[in-house]
Formats: sequence, structure tokens, C-alpha cells
Amino acid sequence: MFKWLEKNLPKIVMAPAVGLIGWFVYGFVLWTLYISFTNSKILPKYELWGFGQYEKLWASRKWLIAVDNLLIFTALFLIFCVVIGIILAIFLDQKIRAEGLLRTIYLYPMALSFIVTGTAWKWILNPTLGIQKMFRDWGFENFTFDWLVDREMAIYTIVIAGVWQSAGFVMALFLAGLRSVEDEIIKAAKIDGASLFTVYWKILLPMMRPVFFTSFVILVHISIKSYDLIVALTQGGPGISTTMPALYMTQTAFHKSQVGLSAASAMMMFMAVAAVIIPYLYSELRRENAR
Amino acid sequence: MQDSLKSSSYQQLEQKSKYTNMFLRWFLYFILIVFASYFIFPLYVMVVTSLKTMEEIRQGTLLSWPSGLNLESWAVAWGGRGYGAGDTFLKPYFWNSIKMVVPAVFFSTFIGAMTGYVLTKWRFKGDQWVFLFLLFGCFIPFQAILLPMARTLGVLGISNSVVGLVLVHTVYGIPFTTLFFRNYYVSVPTELVKAARIDGAGFFKIFFKILLPISAPIIVVTVIWQFTQIWNDFLFGSTFSFGEAAPIQVALNNMVLSSTSVKEYNVDMASAIIAGIPTLIVYVLAGKYFIRGLTSGAVKG
Repeated sequence: MFKWLEKNLPKIVMAPAVGLIGWFVYGFVLWTLYISFTNSKILPKYELWGFGQYEKLWASRKWLIAVDNLLIFTALFLIFCVVIGIILAIFLDQKIRAEGLLRTIYLYPMALSFIVTGTAWKWILNPTLGIQKMFRDWGFENFTFDWLVDREMAIYTIVIAGVWQSAGFVMALFLAGLRSVEDEIIKAAKIDGASLFTVYWKILLPMMRPVFFTSFVILVHISIKSYDLIVALTQGGPGISTTMPALYMTQTAFHKSQVGLSAASAMMMFMAVAAVIIPYLYSELRRENAR
Repeated sequence: MQDSLKSSSYQQLEQKSKYTNMFLRWFLYFILIVFASYFIFPLYVMVVTSLKTMEEIRQGTLLSWPSGLNLESWAVAWGGRGYGAGDTFLKPYFWNSIKMVVPAVFFSTFIGAMTGYVLTKWRFKGDQWVFLFLLFGCFIPFQAILLPMARTLGVLGISNSVVGLVLVHTVYGIPFTTLFFRNYYVSVPTELVKAARIDGAGFFKIFFKILLPISAPIIVVTVIWQFTQIWNDFLFGSTFSFGEAAPIQVALNNMVLSSTSVKEYNVDMASAIIAGIPTLIVYVLAGKYFIRGLTSGAVKG
């Protein structure tokens, strides 16, 4: 008995983690999947109802707006974060004075919650007392910047705040990537007469492919899950113009008590994340095994 | 003659490239400073706004300097105005967050250290699959587990309580803490462990005598990561708690959204800073470890 215990101790120590994740991650996802095939309202019902909830979901105007917003947000969020991140990383890599201070400034938003970020930007972007008023007081009397309360433009305020929060992170990833390149490669290229621009454009950036890939996966992941920032900045408004899938899911579940429908929307999000993550995990594991 | 001509044109060329270089340097610093202002701008606005009176806010602009060190809105944000109903302030929720963060960080870090240890130093058949099984938990969108979690907490009788949130954050932190410790212990030579085993040291003795003493850096990374994630969480906090059990981010959001009286932006900004200050302090003091955690575990949104 004691021998058995000793032999299996490692597995016993592992058991709580595996059990907890098995139950709370896999079990719960399966439960949500099952419920998405039922006609559950306030309370879950367990008789199957087919794809009804999914049909309802894709016929809902609000969900379609949410998906639309997600696509707009993801595209802009990705482009701006990566472009700003790369520019800052390359510039910081030029033996800059006060590099540590600048890096600290670029990255500190990552330490704040999206609620804090959203609260700050909401105040800055509000038309009556924020940026708009600042420019008008400076003499630009026709200056208008009221995106926060404009149905068409409100989604872009979320992009502004989101990029502010995450661009520094992409900078950190690329800076780490650039610093890991051996100096010899750069020296050799310079001796061959390559300009600094060519060195970066033709040699270093192509070497950063894994970093691009990682940033892409992480940023898409952040944007699919974005919830807090919208709650703090617009609450999905004006109207429903800035609804996103994560917000749709919680509103449908906890305000409208449409449990089945919200489970269906959660599963759509799950699949979107899986479509990005599974190839990523696969390639990461292959890289690790190749080493 | 020819020689001197050649050298003078060479000098010219060198002079020229020196000017271009100087121009480029200035351009470089200019861009870096422009971006630095973009990043610092909201923090600056938050701080100065929190120090102004509402009268000053209406008269001045976002950037204008406060007339004095007016800490009243900070006092209101932290301790309220002292009248009963409808007076929301952050102090009790700040403590809720502390009571939630400390045990959740401790349990998830401890479990992660143990699983990371087993997965690297007591390898068994199929351990890679177990790792993958745990790792996948880093990536799931939490919307896919919110509904059953809400029911489970209800059944266990710990919905809308700090205990419930500790459970939630511990469980969903395990994939990350495991990832951190596993990747760290992989680089510790297994020979050390093997030698100790031959000497008769057991499972726990090896952990506490050999691995734990060299684990300080990864413990710091993990604790900072978990602390930041849990402190900043809003989704779980807002879904599984309300009223008195709410953590600080939920309380901040409620305060800012409450439309009972005239909007007091100075109090809002003071509240936002209070809610952000613990993680900011950690970031400033231990930025290196913060970034290490970010780059190795930043799959979470």
C-alpha cells in the first residue's frame, strides 16, 4: 500500500489540476455545447432542439452587427498595433538614450485593466468636456470630435483605446525578437554595403516571422474576447452600434435570459478562437519537438 | 592636386552623411517622443482631472494645470461622502479585491508549481498530452464556461461571494501557472533530480530542497502575472458577483455608470487611478518580470 502510494505520488499530485481543468474547462464547454442545441430559456432544458438556436442567432440583427463590429475592430486593431509596435521596436533598437524610460511608458497601459482604460478614454473622448472642447477653447471653433456618441463612428473609439492599451506589448515582442538576432548577421550585411533600411526590410523583418505570427494570434484572441473595454467605454451604444460577440453573449444570457441562444453565441466564439489557436499550438509544438 | 581634390570631395561626402545622420537621429527621437506623449496623455489627464474641482473642469481644458492640490475627489472616491443610500465608494471593494487576489494567487501558483514539477521531473507515459490538455485552458474564451459556472457556484452556495471568485480565478489560472513552471523546470538539469533520487530523497524532499530554492524568478513572474490578471478581471467579477461582494473593477464601473447625480469627472478619475494603482506599482517595481510573464504567457486577453 505504502509502496503503491510512493510510486504513484507524482500522478496523485497531478490529479487535482487535471481534474479541475477536466471539469471546469472541458466539461463546461461540452455542457454549453449541449445547451446550445436545446430550447433553454431562463432555466436549462435538456431535450434536444437541433440547430434552432444557431438559426435564430444568425437571423438576429444584433448578432450580425456584433460580428460586423468584430471584423472591423480586429482588422484595425491588428494593423495599428503591429505597425506601431514594429516602428517603436525598430526605433528603440537604435541605441537610444533613455530607452528604459521610453519602454516603460509604451508598455504601462498593459498593467491597467480595460475598465480603467475605458474610464479614462471615455472622459477624454466625451464631446462636452474632452478633446473637442480643448480644441474649441484653443480657437478651432468648428472642431468636431464626437465619435463616442456617433453611431457610425463609435466603434473606432474602441479601436483608439484598444490600440493604446496593446501596441506597447507588440513593441516588447518585436524588441525581444530583434535583440535575439546575432550581431554578426547585421555586421556582415553592413560590410556588404547594405543600408540600415535594407538591413531591416530585407533581413531582420523577414526573420521576425514567428513574432508576427505570435502577435497575430494574441491580438486576434484579445479582440474576439473583448468585453470589458466596450462595457466601460460605450456599453455597446449608442443604441446597439458597438455591440460585440462577447457583450452579446452576456446580455443574452443574463439580461434577456435566453440561455440556449447565448450558449450558441458562446460556441461561435469558441470556434472562432479554436480556428486561430489550434494551428498556432500545432506549429509551436512542432517547433519545440524540432529543437 | 588631384589628391587634395579627391580628399576634399570625400570630406564633403562625409560631412553630408553626418548631416543626414544627425537629421535621422532627430527624426527618430521626434517620433519616439510623439508616441510617448500619446501613451502618457491619458494618465496625465487622469491625474490632473482628479485634482481639479468641477468648476475648474468646466472652465479649463483637458490639459490645463490644476489650481492646487485638491484631494477632495480622492477622499470621496475612497471613502464616500458619508450619507447613506446611493453613496458608492471604493474602499470596501478594494478590500474585496485583496481578499480575492491573495488566496487565488497563492493556490494557483502552488498548484502550477506542483504540476510543472511533475511534468518535467517525474515524467510518465503520455505526459505531453496531459500538458497539452492543461495548456488548452489558456485559450478558451470564457464565454463558453460562464453559464455552467454560474450554475455551479449557485449549487455550491458560493455565488456572489469572494470565496466563489477565489475558486474561479484559481481554476482558470492553473493552465497559465502550469505553463510558466513547466517551461522553467524544463531547463533545470534532470541529473540533479536523478542523483537525489539515488540518494534516497523522495518526491517532496526533492521539490523543497532542490527545485524550490532556485525557483524565485519564476515564482515572481507567476505571482505578478496572476496578480495582474485577477486584479484586472472584470468578466468573472461582474458575472458572478454584485452588490457588496463585488471586486474593485466592478465597483469602479458601477460608480462611473451611476447616473444618480451630476457627473463628477474628478471623482471618476480618482477612482480609476485607485483601481489601477496596485498593478501600476507592481509594473514599475518589477517591470522586467512583468514583461517576461507577458511574453511567455500572453495568450490570455
